[in-house]
Amino acid sequence: MNDSTPENHAAHPKDYLGAKLGMWLFLFTEVLLFGGLFILYAVYLQRYPEGFKLGGDQLNVWFGGGNTLVLLTSSLSVAMAITALQRGRVKQAANLVGVTVIMALWFLVNKFFEWSAKIQHGIYPSSEHLKEMPGGEQVFFNIYYLSTGLHGIHVLVGMFVMIWVLILIKKGKVNPDDYVTLENAGLYWHLVDLIWIFIFPLYYLIL
Amino acid sequence: MNQTASSSQPRGFWEAPGGRRGIGAWVFSTDHKRIGLLYFYSTLLFFCVGALLGLALRLELFAPGADFFTPQQYNALFTLHGVVMIFLFIIPGIPAAFGNLVMPIQIGAEDVAFPRLNLLSWWLYAIGAILALTSLFTAGGAPDTGWTFYVPFSVRTTTNVSLATVAVFIIGFSGILTGLNFLVTIHRMRAPGMTWWRIPLFTWSLYATAWVQVLATPVLGITVLLIFAERVVGSGLFDPTRGGDPIMYQHLFWIYSHPAVYIMILPGMGVITDIIPVFARKPVFGYKAIAISSLAIAGAGSVVWAHHMTTSGMSDTAVLVFSLLTFLVAIPSAVKVFNWVATLYKGSISLDPPLLFALSFIFLFSIGGLTGLVLGAAATDVHVHDTYFVVGHFHFVMFGGTGFAYFAAMHYWLPKIYGRMYNKKAAVWGWALMTFGFIVLYMSMMIVGMEGMPRRYYDYLPKFTFWNQLATIGSWILACGLIITFVNIFRGLFKGEAAGDNPWGGASLEWQTSSPPPLENFVTEPEVTHGPYDFKKAGL
Repeated sequence: MNDSTPENHAAHPKDYLGAKLGMWLFLFTEVLLFGGLFILYAVYLQRYPEGFKLGGDQLNVWFGGGNTLVLLTSSLSVAMAITALQRGRVKQAANLVGVTVIMALWFLVNKFFEWSAKIQHGIYPSSEHLKEMPGGEQVFFNIYYLSTGLHGIHVLVGMFVMIWVLILIKKGKVNPDDYVTLENAGLYWHLVDLIWIFIFPLYYLIL
Repeated sequence: MNQTASSSQPRGFWEAPGGRRGIGAWVFSTDHKRIGLLYFYSTLLFFCVGALLGLALRLELFAPGADFFTPQQYNALFTLHGVVMIFLFIIPGIPAAFGNLVMPIQIGAEDVAFPRLNLLSWWLYAIGAILALTSLFTAGGAPDTGWTFYVPFSVRTTTNVSLATVAVFIIGFSGILTGLNFLVTIHRMRAPGMTWWRIPLFTWSLYATAWVQVLATPVLGITVLLIFAERVVGSGLFDPTRGGDPIMYQHLFWIYSHPAVYIMILPGMGVITDIIPVFARKPVFGYKAIAISSLAIAGAGSVVWAHHMTTSGMSDTAVLVFSLLTFLVAIPSAVKVFNWVATLYKGSISLDPPLLFALSFIFLFSIGGLTGLVLGAAATDVHVHDTYFVVGHFHFVMFGGTGFAYFAAMHYWLPKIYGRMYNKKAAVWGWALMTFGFIVLYMSMMIVGMEGMPRRYYDYLPKFTFWNQLATIGSWILACGLIITFVNIFRGLFKGEAAGDNPWGGASLEWQTSSPPPLENFVTEPEVTHGPYDFKKAGL
């Protein structure tokens, strides 16, 4: 969806604005996909304020906070990569995209430890321990796993997109004259970051 | 705009596969016309599958008691009929098939904005369709929940619901990508002189449709993912014993699926709006009103989802508000109907097959729309909720509306794509049988519903026998019409006489290029100097 020009249309100029417009529309759909989960969060929070409070207290704010820092840094590095490429510093741009990939991996490792700790305590969807908890807490943990799980899948996809862009930069297909693919990948990465910026306070901070 | 087509290219884009031969020239092609035809044939295939399932259902209901199927098979049949017809035929039918075939030509573009993404959309559609069909025959057997996958049954049933929801997710993704592609195409790829108010109204309707596709489908995505999560990891978000709420499922489902009704009908309205002025030899009445009403339907149609739930246990306030909002959709819909009739008024009408299908559309869709008000009003809805009246109503809208628009588009645009004409007399016979059979079939359903027969039931009381038998006989007449129509159109397309570049005398851009069009639609880029229905300036 980033390359607007197929081989047999190679004679025609690339539509830079069109490619960006397409990406923005796709990001709208991503926001709405998560929107369904945020609606559920809002309705169930209103129904079970105490259960959500008890559930939220059991989440480790240091894990969440650390991951927030990791993601924000990765958004910075991808933004710097775009600027570097625009200014013709190809190697620096490639390095910065590499940093973004490492940050994404770091986020996922953190998430793995955070989830493992909870699962070892017997808290995961359909676990016996969870089923004994009151309804509000059950709903909280189920929606927590669904939201962070769906977000985690997006981090994973974003990581592969970044690796793909890195290869394109190395091959010279993404270069200082044609960098819309990197820009669109960056936009996607910012979206992944943005959604986390909503998940973090909703689950870790305000409860 | 007056671009003479060279007669030295009788085979147009058909003979330019770009190096590939055989099936590879089709399933790897990025040409919007080839992708449009891929969609056309796949949606048509699934229409035939869905129609056969529908005929089987009617056969079972010909007489009370068990006749041909077990109750479990019957449940699987109507689920399948719904899933195939909704997700594989009606939603992608007109926008993906005829939108791809015609829209870029109508705005003077050489292709859509993202041709490879366009191909990916079709691949996703095909993969989703294959998964949906696989779910019938693999572990657990065909899903038996109805196409709405309502909880708690969809979570508890042992049939293959998980795979079916994955299929629906993938097909939804395909729809999102098509909508996104069309939006960018219409914004960025119009020919010089093609201002917003010169865009043909079919393309306008696709524009409105694409917005609904992009903004509503993700909600279906998350809804079916949640069903999947409930079944696979037991997340219980809709399970009251674990703190969840099944009503929330219904809300999420209809937030998509009601706007999806407008994904189905808006392109159909666009087809009709393009056909009527051509066969009335008159500029369309109220061009801007029709264009804006498309957007108004898309907007208003997105805020009425909960009228599907007036008997599900919502607050009275919610029922009242959604009932009122539902009435609002009738206004822009009526604007369109009045404008079609006003365009026909004092027109110089030629009763060719596309117009006949369009006239059936107006008649049947109007009945569907007006009976929709019966369901939209909360008081009457309580009486007819979940009866056969609902089944009759939505078949009038979806089949009588979108289905007939699909057949109208077929008779109107396929000669353009193939460069050959079908037998018009046989087309009239097909149309007449279809319309007559349709009315017998679905009117009977509405009447038996008013008398109290519930929908989805395997068996019924003897007092409903007469109308059920009449409906089943109607389904046979309808099937005869369909067979005549399909045989005639395909004999014509492959063996018929040359159609000429502009068989109907249309003024919009697609008639100004050759039939079939060349690979990139126009030999030289067209310059647009007048509106799509300005027959005088087009010299027609």
